[in-house]
Amino acid sequence: MVSIWFFIGISLLVNGLLILGAGVYEIWHPPAEQVVLYSLHASVWWGALMTVIGAAYCYYFKPGRKKA
Amino acid sequence: MTIPYALIVPTRLVHLSAVDVVIVVFYFALVLAIGFYLRGRANTGEDFFMAGREMTAWVAGLSFLSANLGALELMGWAGSAYQYGILATHWYWIGAIPAMLFLALVMMPFYYISKTHSVPGYLKLRFGEPARAVSAVSFAFMTVLMSGVNMFAMAKVMQIVLGWDINFSIWVSSLTVAVYVTLGGLRSAIFNEVLQFFLIWAGALLIPILGLYEAGGWSNLKLQIAQRASDQYVHLWSGLGSFTDNPMGINWIGIVFGLAAVISMGYWTTDFLVVQRILAAKDIRSAEMAPIIGAGFKMFVPLIVILPGLLGLAVLPMKLVPESVAAATGMHSYNDVLPLMLARYCGPGLLGLGITALIAGFMSGMAGNVSAFTTVWTYDIYRPLINSKGTDHHYVNMGRWTTVIGVLISVGTAYLVMQFASIMDYVQALFSFFIAPLFGTVILGMLWKRATGPGGFLGLLCGTLSSIGMWAWVKADPSALRYVALSPHAKALAQDMFQALWSFLVCVIVTVVVSLATKPKTDTELTGLVYGLTTVPSVGDIPVYQKPIFWAGVVALVFLILNLIFW
Repeated sequence: MVSIWFFIGISLLVNGLLILGAGVYEIWHPPAEQVVLYSLHASVWWGALMTVIGAAYCYYFKPGRKKA
Repeated sequence: MTIPYALIVPTRLVHLSAVDVVIVVFYFALVLAIGFYLRGRANTGEDFFMAGREMTAWVAGLSFLSANLGALELMGWAGSAYQYGILATHWYWIGAIPAMLFLALVMMPFYYISKTHSVPGYLKLRFGEPARAVSAVSFAFMTVLMSGVNMFAMAKVMQIVLGWDINFSIWVSSLTVAVYVTLGGLRSAIFNEVLQFFLIWAGALLIPILGLYEAGGWSNLKLQIAQRASDQYVHLWSGLGSFTDNPMGINWIGIVFGLAAVISMGYWTTDFLVVQRILAAKDIRSAEMAPIIGAGFKMFVPLIVILPGLLGLAVLPMKLVPESVAAATGMHSYNDVLPLMLARYCGPGLLGLGITALIAGFMSGMAGNVSAFTTVWTYDIYRPLINSKGTDHHYVNMGRWTTVIGVLISVGTAYLVMQFASIMDYVQALFSFFIAPLFGTVILGMLWKRATGPGGFLGLLCGTLSSIGMWAWVKADPSALRYVALSPHAKALAQDMFQALWSFLVCVIVTVVVSLATKPKTDTELTGLVYGLTTVPSVGDIPVYQKPIFWAGVVALVFLILNLIFW
């Protein structure tokens, strides 16, 4: 049975990549109406963090992987 | 005259970009995929109604917490934090942590070893069929009504925040829930609740991080709140000496005895919506650890609920007002504070994640209500009262159909509330009538072997009737609040606390008096159901750092330290 944590990993990975992509796009194409603290580029580092955690979950809990 | 909510269409708070929509759609696709994946693992009654009783402590614990972490809860308490300050944190700390630890260490062993499917099921074993019937019928009825109220509230929030059509929100969310719970049963509901837990934290944690950065840290935030509101908005206990010293109009007696000792204990230990998640644990250690894990995370939920409300007080340029004023003036209400903070800091992508977190919260709350309703209907109403000779396969089919019917009743309730908004207040009040007396009945049943069936039944009935009586009294004559809450300065929230306290005491007194006048059960009949007559199962010979009691101590210590820090 596929672990629930694998589904969590998929969710974090896909959402993280989408948010990271949107953040990077905004750096090159700044929006006309910017959110408060736009200069911190929260989308980039928050999206990157989610991507890394999601990828780790996907790898560690992927179906068929034997735990040590 | 009541204005139908559907006619109130304020300007939307945020606009979603393409990437935000993709994130929302991906969430719906994922929950449906989980439901379809799990459809082959819900063929027996144990699988469909109890998730096979094979959940680990972490899955059961996060699901237990998630079932309570709905979006109404998030938005409502963020609004309360804006309105009342840090006092709202009491509902997350003293109004939750002691009860969750009590459930883990004292009550869970009894629920678990009795192998009951539900809380009404335990009442049947301990007090007999009448107590179960009262509890099961009231719970089933109220659960689907509450689900409908939540569904309508979600649709209204989506209308205000995103400008979505109210019918679209109701039908898309309810059909999605109906599909994945019907296919996968409780296991599917639990899996999606754990997913929701992660989405809520991922979607909401940025607000306090960026908010504290903008406000200049906690010390500066306190100074700004003191200037814009009052110094009492950032103190948990120092203003609770009297009703007039704090913005909530309550005192420490109401918080400690009403909220912590009765309402919180009642909700966290007897509300089947949350207890069902723990009953699905794979063994006694997991069943005890699950509420402790839930309590550990619950202590930090104020970071994503209370802190955004406090930050809203300091950084938002506009002043928020009560719901009634907002409806009349077009201003933003207290309950808008979380979406406003979301829109303030979150650009494309992050905004979609935040909105998804809210939708996930609504849907998992609805799934929790529906799965609990399905179990109580099938095992505590249909099987004992209507058809006791069905096969396991028959009851699973009944569970699937009940899921669909439960969702449809919820949808009907949502449309009823849309036409008659005042119903929402009545339904929410009705739900509170049962919690405190039920706790009195269950706790006496577990701890006092002399409690009898007639005592438990009449105690539950009288406690519930006394709660309804006090509510009706204050409704008919608002000045009666001074008698219920023992102060002319008491405000609305104080009524809930004191009403619960008195109804609990009525339940306990009636149960004790009637029990002493009626014939007790024999010790043999009570084995496995009452303390002193039951060998509480051991968690096994494991290192101390793996024992539930050790982690309960750690959680209790952190809880005490947090209360002292924010005294």
